[in-house]
Amino acid sequence: MTQKQIAGLTINVDDEGYMTNHAQWNRDVAVALAKEEGIELNAGHWKVIDFIDKDFKEKSAVPGMRRMNKVGGIETKELYSLFPGGPIKKAAKIAGYPKPVSCV
Amino acid sequence: VINVNNKKRLLILGAGTAGTMMANRLRKKLRADDWAIAVVDQYPKHYYQPGFLFMPFGIYSEKDVVKPKRKFIPRGVDYIQAGINRIDAKENRVVPQFGGYLDYDVLIIATGAKIAPEQTDGILGSDWRKRVFDFYTFDGASRLHNALRDWNGGRLVVHISEMPIKCPVAPLEFTFLADWWLTKRGLRHKIDIVYVTPLSAAFTKPIAARVLGHLLEEKRINVVTDFNIARVDNERHKIVSWDEKEVDYDLLVTVPTNMGDAAIERSGLGDELNFVPTNRQTLQSKQHPNIFVLGDATDLQSSKAGSVAHFQSEVLTENILRYIKGEPLTSMFDGHANCFIESGYRKAFLLDFNYDLQPVEGKYPLPVIGPFSLLRETRFNHLGKLAFKWIYWNVFLRGAPMPGIGHHMSRLGKQIPLEALQPA
Repeated sequence: MTQKQIAGLTINVDDEGYMTNHAQWNRDVAVALAKEEGIELNAGHWKVIDFIDKDFKEKSAVPGMRRMNKVGGIETKELYSLFPGGPIKKAAKIAGYPKPVSCV
Repeated sequence: VINVNNKKRLLILGAGTAGTMMANRLRKKLRADDWAIAVVDQYPKHYYQPGFLFMPFGIYSEKDVVKPKRKFIPRGVDYIQAGINRIDAKENRVVPQFGGYLDYDVLIIATGAKIAPEQTDGILGSDWRKRVFDFYTFDGASRLHNALRDWNGGRLVVHISEMPIKCPVAPLEFTFLADWWLTKRGLRHKIDIVYVTPLSAAFTKPIAARVLGHLLEEKRINVVTDFNIARVDNERHKIVSWDEKEVDYDLLVTVPTNMGDAAIERSGLGDELNFVPTNRQTLQSKQHPNIFVLGDATDLQSSKAGSVAHFQSEVLTENILRYIKGEPLTSMFDGHANCFIESGYRKAFLLDFNYDLQPVEGKYPLPVIGPFSLLRETRFNHLGKLAFKWIYWNVFLRGAPMPGIGHHMSRLGKQIPLEALQPA
């Protein structure tokens, strides 16, 4: 676990840069983390980030693609255009949550 | 069927691993004069699902994995073979498909999870059960055995459609066993094996990745990560992702989307995958206090696995007894799971973890002595996996305790680096 300075704050991150303490997250941190991924956040991105935030608090997990579609009302194609490459893991990183994992 | 006057009624939906264990445990604890217990399930056969992994390689056959469900339902519990139309939670009753209704005072949902291949465009296309197989059903595993037996080379793609899936390590185990089996048959040099996952790695937990990551390279297994399947192209024998990545297959062994029972959806009790929102510690439904949920039917982050259903059944038995007495639900499920990973060559790994602790190295269940080794490939772990079949049919389903293995995960014998504790 390492510490990192971003948006005037110190945050704890894992080896891949995912935040390990969500209490340190705020919207300025999100903007700065997004910039590191080459993403300029717009309303479409915020809709995804806000949904992840709300859903994580309810389910203790980052929502998958299907949940984003059905519950969050965000289309898969749209997710890929907002967060190219790996939409869920990139959005999770910017939202200050861990990437989706399996048990091992 | 359970219209016994003066008695309270406990109804269990599903006679799989979880429902059968609950019927056995609760019948021992609830006085027959006070409580009628009934189990509803639409199917007559109980499958030992961990055995499906071995069927494609001819290690297990039908006799190892199938027995009648009724055989495991204890005396004093009614077994009702019927499909479930819906649960009417407001009225505290279940509507079976044959009509009428079954009233309950307490309901346990143990309706499990199953593959839903129709959820992905093209899985059920012209290649289905010719070049495209699953091994999560008896039928799929049997047909895959025939296909593998007659195969003489090409590209084997092992694929996970989306998470969560039952027994999340099974696709890796299948891959390792395929490598071994094809090597034994002298075919491995003619076959490419590709492992395709929607996650960012085959091993996603840091310690497991460090300890086990080399296996894939050693076994010459190619890994494709971050692959979210959009469709199967049956004409060109490819799987295609949402961002138009393609993987060719000659033989595709896919794990389709896993979903909860359709009756959960009809009852308005499920999430987007028909899993029931459940309190992660008490196992009480989040919507209705007299409904409890365990096993694969929950929406919890715990693994969908028999060991988890077993640990949950201990917690839930205690909590239901408390609920009936009007006491607070104080037994807490910690996410404990315990599973073997077959790695081929008659060896296996063992994992033991919970909500807070990822799989780590060590000895299990006893410190130093073991006899099982955590995150280490041993012959003894493999023997444990094989022995488990007998234990499942004779001890596990009967709801008997497993000596030395409690529902609370023990940290004894584990090597726990600081970073292994994950925030819940």
